[in-house]
Amino acid sequence: MISISGLQKSFGSNRVLAGVDLEVGRGRSMVVIGGSGTGKSVLLKCVLGLVTPDAGRILVDGVDATAGDRDAFLARFGMLFQGAALFDSLPVWQNVSFRLLRGALKRPRAEAREIAIEKLRRVGLSPDVADRFPGELSGGMQKRVGLARAIAADPQIIFFDEPTTGLDPIMSGVINDLIREIVTEMGATALTITHDMTSVRAIADEVAMLHGGTVRWTGPVAQMDASGDAHVDQFIHGRAEGPIAALR
Amino acid sequence: MAQPLPLRGLAALGAMALAVLASVGRVTRFALSTFRHMVTPPFYGREFLVALGNVGWLSLPVVGLTAFFTGGALALQIYAGGARFDAQAVVPQIVALGMVRELGPVLVGLMIAARVTSSIAAEIATMKVTEQIDALVTLSTHPMKYLTVPRVLAGIVAVPLLVGLGDIVGIFGGFTVGVKSLGFNPSVYIRNTWDFLEPLDVISSMVKGLVFGFIATLMGCYAGMGSGRGAQGVGRATKSSVERASVLILAANFLLTGVFFSL
Repeated sequence: MISISGLQKSFGSNRVLAGVDLEVGRGRSMVVIGGSGTGKSVLLKCVLGLVTPDAGRILVDGVDATAGDRDAFLARFGMLFQGAALFDSLPVWQNVSFRLLRGALKRPRAEAREIAIEKLRRVGLSPDVADRFPGELSGGMQKRVGLARAIAADPQIIFFDEPTTGLDPIMSGVINDLIREIVTEMGATALTITHDMTSVRAIADEVAMLHGGTVRWTGPVAQMDASGDAHVDQFIHGRAEGPIAALR
Repeated sequence: MAQPLPLRGLAALGAMALAVLASVGRVTRFALSTFRHMVTPPFYGREFLVALGNVGWLSLPVVGLTAFFTGGALALQIYAGGARFDAQAVVPQIVALGMVRELGPVLVGLMIAARVTSSIAAEIATMKVTEQIDALVTLSTHPMKYLTVPRVLAGIVAVPLLVGLGDIVGIFGGFTVGVKSLGFNPSVYIRNTWDFLEPLDVISSMVKGLVFGFIATLMGCYAGMGSGRGAQGVGRATKSSVERASVLILAANFLLTGVFFSL
């Protein structure tokens, strides 16, 4: 379980997170929605230790995320980045099995390649993609490779940063379905940030809306349409008029 | 109330001095961190070999050509200059001394700054902009260990060897011009070159190569890791890496020359 309380982060005079409280249950899929620049990515990066929070607490299964052995902590995580963030100097299979080729989870090279090909198959890519380089792949294929890398070491927790950004609606649907299936079959805890409402409905068990540096509303996805919160209502229906300023 | 002009000038000067000192502090911290990661596991041997190929092997053509033409031009200059006081015969000795003590290390250092420092800075800066550095962290891999240490070690190992090669090729350039155009006897030219050089000349050349290799690769990594966002950030990082590396190489050359030849 991920438990975030009183999380604060400012960049200069720009206060991005002003006391975020959020709970994600074990094996649940939480989707954080919110406009651009509301701190969704910063929230993820704080949990992963990529950004140091100014204040607040992040507990993962009761253990403080900011203390102790970072490598052991991160070994439990998988992350799909917005732009896939594949290493363009490495072929696809080495990207997917990156964690399995070095460090604590190191496996023999042949075995790591086998696992990479199996994970590529799981995300709908054929084995011949394994020896290609990321620059030779389309955006949708890169996202799938990123997804294969995120699940390569069978993580307990997976983060998805804007998983459908830049993809056409059909490919977005494919990625959404893959994420939902994989999270369910692995029993992993998932935290996704997006402003794509189709993704929210496909991926989420619970939804939290981030606005003004805090969690404005949180609840089951089924209750999102009847949240009674004007901010949530405006956001999920994509209306220009409402309490959220269109120009930020 | 607005400050008088002289005070504003002083304030600007002070701010500039503080910015320079802060920059020196950041580079020093980065260098110390690199040393710390160099001696603590894990070590990435495969990345080191790839970096060695990029820094050393792929720099051979540019280093070789630069050294050859410089050695040749040096021979012509010394011959023409020496003719003014009837000292044309010193061409082999001065070419050897000039290449080994000064031009070999400096030119190789500057070539590496142009070819390798820029490439390292652009590559790492692009990795930063596209979140590949963040991805490394989430994959339990320290960017300093995976990106910086292999490249800096490759610079420390490869550049002294490149300098040695540049020295030899430069002397060969002088020899070619001396024998083909200036009428020197080949065996006398070689004997004069060999007899005149001292072990300290060669040692100073290698040490300069080591220091310049460290500076060139460290500055590339430093600028890349500290890159700003977007294409402009990558461009700035690349430009500043070459500027810093070149200036530091020339400053280090001055200091090392002072240290070695005041002995």
